Amino acid sequence: MKDVKCECGHVNPHGTVLCEACGKILDEEENKNHLLDMRYEGSARRSQTYNKTIIDKIWNFFSSVKVGVWLIVITLIASILGTILPQEMYIDLPPEVYYQQEYGWFGKLYYQLGFHDLYGSWWYLLLIALIGISLVICSLDRVVPLYKALKAQRVTRHEGFLKRQRIFGVNHHIDDNDLAIVKQHLLQKHYHVREENGDLLAEKGRFSRWGPYVNHVGLIIFLFGGMLRFVPGMYVNENLWIREGETAVVPETGEQFYLQNNQFILQHYDKDKNKTFEKALERAGDVVKNYQSNVVLYKRSGKKIPGETPKLKKVKEYKVRVNHPLTFDGYSVYQASFRSEMNAMTFALTNKKTKKPVGELKINLLNPKEKYDLGNGYTVEILNYFPDFEFAKNGEPSTKSRVPNNPAFVFRMFTPEKPKGETSFVAIRQTIEPFGNNTYKMAFKGIDTKNVSGLIVRKDSSLWVIILGGILFMIGVVQGAYWNHRRIWVQHKNGEVWIAAHTNKNWYGLKREIERVLENTKLDLPKDQFQNEQTDKEGA
Amino acid sequence: MATLSSNLLFIAFILYLVATLFFGGSIKAKKDLNDTKTTNKWGKIAVFLTIVGFVSQLGYFITRWIAAGHAPVSNMFEFTTFFGMALVGAFIVIYFIYRTTLLGLFTMPVAILVIAYASMFPRDISPLIPALQSYWLHIHVTTAAIGEAILAISFAAGLIYLVKVIDQTKPSKRTFWLEVVMFALVVVIGFVAVSSIFSGVGYHEKFNWTDKHGNEDVMEYTMPALTGPHKAELLTEGGFQPLVEMPAIINAKKLNTVIWSLLAGGVLYSLIRLIIRKRIAAALKPLVKNIKLDFVDEISYRSVLIGFPVFTLGALVFAMIWAQVAWSRFWGWDPKEVWALITWLFYAAFLHLRLSKGWHGEKSAWLAVIGFVIIMFNLVAVNLVIAGLHSYAGS
Repeated sequence: MKDVKCECGHVNPHGTVLCEACGKILDEEENKNHLLDMRYEGSARRSQTYNKTIIDKIWNFFSSVKVGVWLIVITLIASILGTILPQEMYIDLPPEVYYQQEYGWFGKLYYQLGFHDLYGSWWYLLLIALIGISLVICSLDRVVPLYKALKAQRVTRHEGFLKRQRIFGVNHHIDDNDLAIVKQHLLQKHYHVREENGDLLAEKGRFSRWGPYVNHVGLIIFLFGGMLRFVPGMYVNENLWIREGETAVVPETGEQFYLQNNQFILQHYDKDKNKTFEKALERAGDVVKNYQSNVVLYKRSGKKIPGETPKLKKVKEYKVRVNHPLTFDGYSVYQASFRSEMNAMTFALTNKKTKKPVGELKINLLNPKEKYDLGNGYTVEILNYFPDFEFAKNGEPSTKSRVPNNPAFVFRMFTPEKPKGETSFVAIRQTIEPFGNNTYKMAFKGIDTKNVSGLIVRKDSSLWVIILGGILFMIGVVQGAYWNHRRIWVQHKNGEVWIAAHTNKNWYGLKREIERVLENTKLDLPKDQFQNEQTDKEGA
Repeated sequence: MATLSSNLLFIAFILYLVATLFFGGSIKAKKDLNDTKTTNKWGKIAVFLTIVGFVSQLGYFITRWIAAGHAPVSNMFEFTTFFGMALVGAFIVIYFIYRTTLLGLFTMPVAILVIAYASMFPRDISPLIPALQSYWLHIHVTTAAIGEAILAISFAAGLIYLVKVIDQTKPSKRTFWLEVVMFALVVVIGFVAVSSIFSGVGYHEKFNWTDKHGNEDVMEYTMPALTGPHKAELLTEGGFQPLVEMPAIINAKKLNTVIWSLLAGGVLYSLIRLIIRKRIAAALKPLVKNIKLDFVDEISYRSVLIGFPVFTLGALVFAMIWAQVAWSRFWGWDPKEVWALITWLFYAAFLHLRLSKGWHGEKSAWLAVIGFVIIMFNLVAVNLVIAGLHSYAGS
């Protein structure tokens, strides 16, 4: 395609609507309009110029703001759908059960449509990806020609360009003194003033035109950062449960770091101590004040030898609380939850007839002894231990897990009366005596519990990219929203002085500024031709 | 301190009411509303009262902060009140840019409704749960509310635009939807009225009921139960027997409040229509006859431009930073997070339509109205109905 040479001598790329240098209308279509479309300075945008190859077609599709807005609106509606019922990650039952049970046929349908994991669905991610592509192409299609056009603009502009500006006025009386005052005022208003043959171009805030592109770049970087999460090693998200007093290896650290949980603390607000909150606490009941795990972080020193207890070096002590994660070496450990676990059970060996206890024993549920000697000829042996007891399908007692959620024991009690021993099966709230009536029983005395801290271990190396994207986006948005690109042309045409002005937004501010600039001169205020056009329509 | 605080809020509320009347007076007394250099005596008094009211409410905010030990933005009452204050603050700022008292006449009633609505929620100073104990509470919530308030100014300006531009001589889709907006505002008055009346007479009744898991519980109503809970059994002697019993899946108490509000709003609206004998929007039309359309259009657009970055910063950026610190992830698709994203997407679409597709004037005004509906939905429905991790905001 050939370039277009304007009568002013400037060579414009094919597809240019307004000459980049003088603003003369090069496209006949534009001539018909009363006011110019100044959005992209009438520059030659690829999407408006070429439409032949498949690449052109794809480019044109994504460069359309209409398509972009549709993508935004579809994403918006899809996002709404995902908030109707709780998402998968916020429910505590298997989704195939939960939705139907809680919400009936609607819940079932919701689940079947895959809306329970809407934001992780392939089509939602596709929408976000399409928005990303649209951002890139839209921006490139506009920013390059816009930059060229603004760079190539000359001071002296074509008559047709000035006349078709929204703010335009003609003065018949020329006083060079007035022009000097105007220039002075413009400089005071921090305009960048260029002069050519007595014509003025005052311009300020051009950088605000780049705002949208800067924020789009920020968004693209942000989305890219979100994608990085799927790269192995960039992202760690593990649960870590540690019992009080125990030490555990921090997952995904290559067994470099160990965490010891000294104590878990749960505090509630006390309405007697906090008088300010008395009424609110009466209404709401117990309100948690603090979840805290007092931990010690260790680092392994020396090499890892299988089967040997690692040598640990203390790094730091820390109180992990909500809003106060422990951070080290790119990892963060968060206080996420807690649970209480049975730790020990106490029984008393008791004569069933006299109901007299002859001795007590405390069984560590995580590590029970085989034999407990109570003295005076009384001994208790543990023949079998089921930490998480259940009856298996074949009717035999068995254990679900190693966690003492529901401990059960098979005891053998040796007493002076029964030196051969009596067998008793003891679980919570039930005792079975498999070989007939025993003389002695194991009477339940109490449970010791221990807290287990629920921690989350996170490492997110993509965070920096996301932060960078966010910062760029904010800079771009502020740049585009809080500054305006204003231009005022004061030019000699046909022995008159023409004043025209353009801004990308905030016309009201521009008009007020022109009032100030023309103060103390005999020059007339230019008219807002858009308003005139509107009143014409209203009148008709 | 807490008493002083509530008194200051009450004073602010009264001042806003009086200021609104003066704004009305300034419109009647002034011929050319586009003249931005002069404000008449009525207008000056109105703006003065607004500023005094704002300062008084600021006093409420500070004294309550001192009393509670944390910024009062942690529950429904506090947040909504703050939103009302931010709305007044945003109006004051925009007023000093554009100097039009007409904007005050449309913004102040919205702010008054917002604060009145807020006052219907429990006003006790409540303690902070661990997740909220962070200075990010102050930063995130206040910035988000200020952003939303500035965006709400575009709604007020958009409303002025629509009242002026829509032809009220014959009924059309446009007159209908504009009237729906007016009706919605009246329903808020209805809600405030019924809530105040029933809490004024101390109405209470209790029910035994069964939830969807078959658990029995007691539910307390503060309004006569039109819709009763599942398997309701009235416990209060002389209490009102429910007209309809709801299935367990529906929150009968909230539905009951909604129905009462709609009823009261409906009655109020019918009364207004009986008295003025035309649509509310039609009755407002004379007030806006002297303003230029493109002037309010620009105010509306500029509020979006100013509010959008503030909203993004508060409701998304600061929210993400805090979520990363408190919940270990900056984004978790919690309903409140998603609705902040939806609001953001909506205004992003708004700006693109305006900048590139030339949606100026009436289309833009309708978008400003829809934007406000989304913000209100986010404030009311998401907190009270959808809940999620932000559920503490619902009490």
